[in-house]
Amino acid sequence: MSETSVSRVVIVGAGPAGIRSAATLVEAGLHPVVIDEGNRAGGQIYRRPPAGFVRTPEQLYGSEAAKARALHALFDRLAKDGRLTHYAASSVVAVHERRLHVLGESGVQMISYDRVILATGASDRVTPVPGWQSAGVYSLGAAQIALKAQGVALGRRIILIGSGPLLTLVGAQLVKAGADVAAVLDTSPWRQQMRGLGGIAARPLVALRGLALRARLGRRYHAGVTLERIEADERGVTAMRWRDAGGRQRLSPCDMVGMGWHLRAETHLADLVGCAFTYDEQWRQWLPKTDEMGRAGNGVYLAGDGVRLLGADGAEIAGRLAAAACLADLGHPAPSTAADLRKLARLARFARGLACAFPWPVEMALALPDDAIVCRCENVSAGDVRRSVDFGGGEANRVKSLSRAGMGRCQGRYCLLAAVELVAAQAGCTPDTVGRFRAQAPARPAPISAFLRDG
Amino acid sequence: MITAGRIVRLAEPDRAQLHFFLDGEKRSALAGDTVLTAMLGSGHALRSSEFGPEPRAGFCLMGACQDCWVWQDEGPRLRACSAFVTEGMKLRTTPPENWP
Repeated sequence: MSETSVSRVVIVGAGPAGIRSAATLVEAGLHPVVIDEGNRAGGQIYRRPPAGFVRTPEQLYGSEAAKARALHALFDRLAKDGRLTHYAASSVVAVHERRLHVLGESGVQMISYDRVILATGASDRVTPVPGWQSAGVYSLGAAQIALKAQGVALGRRIILIGSGPLLTLVGAQLVKAGADVAAVLDTSPWRQQMRGLGGIAARPLVALRGLALRARLGRRYHAGVTLERIEADERGVTAMRWRDAGGRQRLSPCDMVGMGWHLRAETHLADLVGCAFTYDEQWRQWLPKTDEMGRAGNGVYLAGDGVRLLGADGAEIAGRLAAAACLADLGHPAPSTAADLRKLARLARFARGLACAFPWPVEMALALPDDAIVCRCENVSAGDVRRSVDFGGGEANRVKSLSRAGMGRCQGRYCLLAAVELVAAQAGCTPDTVGRFRAQAPARPAPISAFLRDG
Repeated sequence: MITAGRIVRLAEPDRAQLHFFLDGEKRSALAGDTVLTAMLGSGHALRSSEFGPEPRAGFCLMGACQDCWVWQDEGPRLRACSAFVTEGMKLRTTPPENWP
């Protein structure tokens, strides 16, 4: 392993939050190190296709093209001018004593820091639907990435399920690109969506844009559905079995299902670095604790969807704020933050509206039959999780050890939230008392050889 | 030739064609395809589940779920969603016999 002695502020993640953090630090005369898993900076929402692809940002990002263009150009300029050091296609797999273990193509190297800004983003928040382990079931984010970064649809006949802005957005993007979208099934009923309107009105333009996208889906869109089962044969998905808002049984043939209910904050590194967590009732997930600027203490700052689920615009603002906090703590003159804090408060109102209008379908997780798979990695069933509660009690990490839910390849990223709901229901308590799966290193699978390379 | 697979190409068709091998069979892909796109361009799965009967074809496409690891005849395992296919690559849906 090699020791790299570099600038003392390290940013993990080069999405909207990471890029804005980096730019703010550069403006103050610092030379940050930016570590990112992507081949090119941009993050997931503003993800860039590989070299040689020809669609314009307008085609790729629609109404958000100008923001994407600005972020990409900013980062590329800072990198080209040598104002920051960019480790692309590199994953932070562990953190220990202010040193990041960074896995890249040439193995693992150590990068030490005095201050670290974690801008690790989010992934789709999913909940099990019986049959979701079948080939051809993807997250909504996956469907969007396939379209943006590869120009492909992940199936010939597509059904999208879930709730939230991404459901509508991905549906509209696929329809526009010429994919065959058979149905878009929203688990939130109309009357629930209306309840969130007060908050959603905090961003009227965004709300109108959402309605326009919804209109593009036409009769494909159904609100208030009940999702029953993803049918599959030995090759993969064959149909979606669901009930409409009126309770009528429906069986819709398809070969791909995309699923998602908003986002789940990616908090693995925040956990490894020792951040405190609180249970967020609004999002029904554990989130790292910070002050309003993103300070988590001990030289750690958090920004973007990895700490507060406010979307890309919120991430840009939070990125600037975290960098400003970091600068202030290092004794540098920090930029003014009052305007950004006001904007962030408005985005938080909007996010509360969204969370209310398109809720996480707890009742769906609780209704899972015992034979339904909860952990896709190791095919741990709902029954396995429930039995482990009867045996070992209603504590998340005991259930993890006993059932192996959360110990597979994804390390609980896609089963944790539903598993916690199941554990709470079985133990007769609330999810916040169940606790959360403790994160373990490595945050990404890493071959032993990567650690051994230099003896 | 490109046989009918899981994915449908909707955009970016004017890229150079390249060839790779999937379980010993020669297949076509386009420069810039990920291993996942290349494999699912002519197939329906990337691998089999170690814990159930069903095939797997990836899930998150952003390097978080680890559902899409595939093997090569020689060389390291690859995360199909983030590795790019290259000319002559020899990909496998099952581990090679000498894989540890």
